[in-house]
Amino acid sequence: MTDLRTHATEIHEQFEDQLDVSVEDVEERLDTLVNEYKVPVSEARRSVTNTYLDEAGMDRDQLQGGGGNDTVEVADVDAPEQWVDVTAKVVELWDARSDAVAQVGLLGDETGTIKFTKWSKSDLPDLEEGTVYDLRNVVTDEYQGRYSVKLNRTTVIEEADEDIEVGDDAVTVEGALVDIQSGSGLIKRCPEEECTRVLQNGRCSEHGEVEGEFDLRIKGVLDDGEDVHEVLFDKEATEDLTGITLAQAKEMAMDALDTSVVADEMREKILGRYYRVEGPTFGRYVLVDGMERLTDAPDAESVLIKARSI
Amino acid sequence: MATTPTREVARRVFAGEFNDAHYTFKESDDERAPVYLLLPTGERANRVFVVGTLMETEDVGDESEYWQGQVIDPNGDRFYMYAGQYQPDAASMLRDLEPPAYVAVVGKPRTYETDDGEVNVSLRPESISEVDAATRDRWVVETADRTVERVRAFQADEDEESAAVDEYVEMAREEYDLPVENYRRAAVEALESLETDDEPEVEASD
Repeated sequence: MTDLRTHATEIHEQFEDQLDVSVEDVEERLDTLVNEYKVPVSEARRSVTNTYLDEAGMDRDQLQGGGGNDTVEVADVDAPEQWVDVTAKVVELWDARSDAVAQVGLLGDETGTIKFTKWSKSDLPDLEEGTVYDLRNVVTDEYQGRYSVKLNRTTVIEEADEDIEVGDDAVTVEGALVDIQSGSGLIKRCPEEECTRVLQNGRCSEHGEVEGEFDLRIKGVLDDGEDVHEVLFDKEATEDLTGITLAQAKEMAMDALDTSVVADEMREKILGRYYRVEGPTFGRYVLVDGMERLTDAPDAESVLIKARSI
Repeated sequence: MATTPTREVARRVFAGEFNDAHYTFKESDDERAPVYLLLPTGERANRVFVVGTLMETEDVGDESEYWQGQVIDPNGDRFYMYAGQYQPDAASMLRDLEPPAYVAVVGKPRTYETDDGEVNVSLRPESISEVDAATRDRWVVETADRTVERVRAFQADEDEESAAVDEYVEMAREEYDLPVENYRRAAVEALESLETDDEPEVEASD
């Protein structure tokens, strides 16, 4: 379907109960404006919609909800370039890294969270963190297997009269901790505002040589003999896992004049043990929110029964 | 296609089955492609995770240190591992640890041919850490479970003539002529040793 046809179909759906027009009629009007008079598509769409509003004697308000898109939950977004409606809460707003982007952040509903982007040129009102919105006519997108939604000029934003308990897309994985990757232990982060990159030899890849701020983290690998999961423990999770606090870690490094003693000590305490962790996934990592060392007696009996049955 | 190599899973296998294996293969011509050891139950292993009792350590090197460690499993079979200057962390663990001790070892299978043409398999450890009895017991149950699953898949493959043949099971049938039933029995014995006694028993198998 051409772009114009898509717009025509959407406009048509909003008026099919009120007016006797065909999709072709709508498309022809759009086509005239866009191709003959070089009006931008979004303006043409507004103009055509206004024409039909007048004809039907309707207010713009009455249109909302008639978009004809599927209303989806964020966890159900599984294909790019779908026009959908969502009702979701703005969980986080991030800093836009480009002038083309007006707002970027995370939307959430009961089923999980999804990234959203709002383009500057779309000229839409600002979304506020913590507020629930009905968003009509957003487009899904995909990048490296992760989905997002894009707000565009045709998107209708309306504050919703409800609150949403945002669900987490947490996973639980367990296995033996078979590796602790480099960049674990006592690390230094770039102190520049909003940077927090991990320094390599005292250098930030963005800001050059800086006086870093100490932090703790562990990038580990949990392996159950069938699957491998990379897991990321932040400062709190690392302290919880290893029993070594940031203050103690700094002291250890100070005594040894070497930060690597911290990772060595941690390795000794946790490598080769079994853990169950849970948390949301981010890229290829599970970000650890909760963890448990598996020390209880494993169920030998059920395996014995299985072993004897074959 | 993703070009980042995915990390190879660490297989769970008892020493008896591990030591019976000798066939290795690659799945691509790339020089850095992973080398797999084919387990007799029909699974490929580029990495293994072992927890057992470290029984002996010895520096067997001539000019530089080259440490051998022997880790025994509940069946009384031993994993042999070697760590030298290129595995400094594992080598220093073998130097410092006082046997007997429970250890967890993550390592890569290595094969070598002896003078009389026999192929021996050993472990090149990536890491060795001292652990407790609970970790060792969990490993025994987990390894028994994985072994039984492999035996079951191997035997299911025997029953069904055409349907869903597993390529590694087929490979194991071709490369080895071993009764996989023995590995099931070893798994049962390992589990039974947990029920009667939590202490590691060191006794001759056979």
